[in-house]
Amino acid sequence: MFGFWGKLLDIDLSRGVTRVVDVPEEVFKKFIGGRGLATWVLWRELGSRWELIDPLSPENLLLILTGPLTGYYPGIKIVVSGKSPQSNGVVGSTLSSELGVELKSAGYDGLILRGVSRSPVYIYVDDAGVQIRDATPLWGLGGLKLVKELNRLLYEDVRVERGLDTLPSYIYIGPAGENLVRTSVVMSKLAHAAGYGGYGAVMGSKKVKAIVAKGYGPLPKVSDESGFIKLRKEVLSELSNRMRVFRYWGTTEGLWYTGYVTSSEPVRNWTEEWHDVRTFTHEEVERRCWIRNLWSDWGCPTSCMKVSRVFDGARSYVTDGPDYEMGAYLGSNLGVFDAVSMVKLSALADELGLCGIQTGNVLGFAIELFERGYLTEADVGCDLRWGNADCIMKVLHDIAYRQGIGAVLAEGTYRAALKLGERAGTDLLKYAVQVKGVAVGAHGIRSGLDYPQKIAYAGSVQGGDHTSTAGRPLKSTESEAFAAFLDSAVICLFNTVDTKKLVDYLNVVTGWGFSEEDVYMGGARILTVQRVLLLLGGPDVFWDPREHDENPERFYEPLTSGPKKGEAPKREEVRKDLISYYEELGWDELGIPREETLSRLGIEELAREVERIKRRVTPNA
Amino acid sequence: MKIWILRDYSRCVGCRLCEIECSLRHEGLVWPAASRIRIYESVFGFPIPYTCVQCDDYPCVASCPTKALSVAESGAVLVDESSCILCGSCINACPGRIPRIVEGKRAVIICDLCGGNPVCVEACESAGFNALRLVRKPGGEVVKAYLRNPVKASEDLARKLCVF
Repeated sequence: MFGFWGKLLDIDLSRGVTRVVDVPEEVFKKFIGGRGLATWVLWRELGSRWELIDPLSPENLLLILTGPLTGYYPGIKIVVSGKSPQSNGVVGSTLSSELGVELKSAGYDGLILRGVSRSPVYIYVDDAGVQIRDATPLWGLGGLKLVKELNRLLYEDVRVERGLDTLPSYIYIGPAGENLVRTSVVMSKLAHAAGYGGYGAVMGSKKVKAIVAKGYGPLPKVSDESGFIKLRKEVLSELSNRMRVFRYWGTTEGLWYTGYVTSSEPVRNWTEEWHDVRTFTHEEVERRCWIRNLWSDWGCPTSCMKVSRVFDGARSYVTDGPDYEMGAYLGSNLGVFDAVSMVKLSALADELGLCGIQTGNVLGFAIELFERGYLTEADVGCDLRWGNADCIMKVLHDIAYRQGIGAVLAEGTYRAALKLGERAGTDLLKYAVQVKGVAVGAHGIRSGLDYPQKIAYAGSVQGGDHTSTAGRPLKSTESEAFAAFLDSAVICLFNTVDTKKLVDYLNVVTGWGFSEEDVYMGGARILTVQRVLLLLGGPDVFWDPREHDENPERFYEPLTSGPKKGEAPKREEVRKDLISYYEELGWDELGIPREETLSRLGIEELAREVERIKRRVTPNA
Repeated sequence: MKIWILRDYSRCVGCRLCEIECSLRHEGLVWPAASRIRIYESVFGFPIPYTCVQCDDYPCVASCPTKALSVAESGAVLVDESSCILCGSCINACPGRIPRIVEGKRAVIICDLCGGNPVCVEACESAGFNALRLVRKPGGEVVKAYLRNPVKASEDLARKLCVF
């Protein structure tokens, strides 16, 4: 094996027992690693009773996985996965953290966490094995307070007798994850999050506050050393040159560009996607908030992050850029067009361990309900109108602690819409901008200038995830098969180069000799298993392809402002596109994989699960 | 001529390209723990590059019981792998505990300035960050100022900006 160890650490929290699981190279060749490997593990372990498993119960697994390119390809991401409490399917949620390199240096490709601990713990992995340590003093903490406390504990682990060593790397949850909020995240480095999927709540349900790793050894050998050195140099140089502008502004640039130029930014719960507020730009955030203009993760020449800091009295709020997604969702989407307030909201979301996208989406939804009279001041405790940042701060806090209206909003936009709709006696889903329980990322599809694929979200196996969108043709970077490959290999979306070069990279590291065709086939295999588990769903909500493989209602309302005013996709065209996309994947018109597809992809055993979907969705067929 | 690696804290982005290049050059592997330069980022967003400063009095060299350490023309400390007995004297003698004993290596590791063209500096420059720069070595023991514990130094940087 080259590029990976074929070893996972399997930690049973209920019994306090750890074992090393060997994963054969054949599995990696089929599922690559990262998201693909997560899908394989979840299918094999939980597939037979998927519908019955509550994602927040001890039976669910929390997976932290690297891929074969982790540590070799520029940039670093790890994949966090499990049965998602948002979609009830599998989401491969990526997170920037040096933990990936530390794990691999310690001799493992990833972790499987099962069961539940009796009391709060954190997990410490190094070359000597696994320690499950008490985290009672850390429980309840988030942000810098957590970093201070955890650092204090981890200083004890820094080896000095053989020369001064670095601190280990870690990922963690904030209060929101502890309180099982479905829009909570697994975090790293104060401002990074595995957002989509709601895995903060899964980690919280297992009473795991943090996962720490320290490796001392080398990464596994690569298959073709000179080929690797040469290709690495080439890609590094390409990225360094390409990223010279992107690096300085980061994705924060989108605050202005995605709104004003491409009319695809969420504005007031997507009632608009365009704005011309010239102060809501990266330049405004830079001038008023950035204290560090460049910040990067391990091995990454792109360096798209910044450090922002604002004051409120004596208290300082610290976060990164914020990146475009956080900025748009906790800014324009809530009618907040002031950089300082937006940075404060982003920093608070980070401290609480909330996903900026999912929580910004449910907040936008709540504000719209308030403005329309479905929610009142008696419900919320303050005047929850567009742009009222103080009230929004309060509700953000309420969500993390499941207080008052926060208890309902903590369920995420889809489930909150069902509950509040029931209370109001009317359909409120039409204001919920989500797909299959996952709020849509901050990139609209109506203008066609940013995300041109109208089935981007409707056809995604990860719902509203803007980093894993469906598109045609299948064998192109437009398709979700490509996204599945990136998340499995694991490569950061911002660091991609020409596909052929990416495949070469995989080959010099692993020695697999893959063609582009093999890569897309691997992607399609991963999507097929993900699709099946998503359609199995449950236990609280299930998806019907006829109803839920669809854009949010709002995306069919014509744009109300900007140069693309009046634009909206046509339902029939979306449906037609979807069916062609399914056809390319070898799925039927409902998006259920055909039997011959399963055998072509070498996953025949999935037929049992497909049968169960058919029994539910088309009982009379 | 004695050379030296100047570290500009305000420019270091924490990308660790220096670590990766160092381990590739010296070990032929991606092996961060065996990199002669390391990044300490105890407060996220405030990384500190840390490596041998080439003290004028070379306490490590003086402490070595087997004379495994010597000083190169560049000013770098060189390790004779066959004489090193991994006793740790140099680590204890170093005011910054910079030499390291790494599992799997048969001798202690210390920055050798890559024979005059450090790959860490090259990596930092070609990525366009320029946090590490090659300069003529400043005299008069000022280099020892960089021996402040980097774990704490990262906290100091953050505290200065009211972050920690």
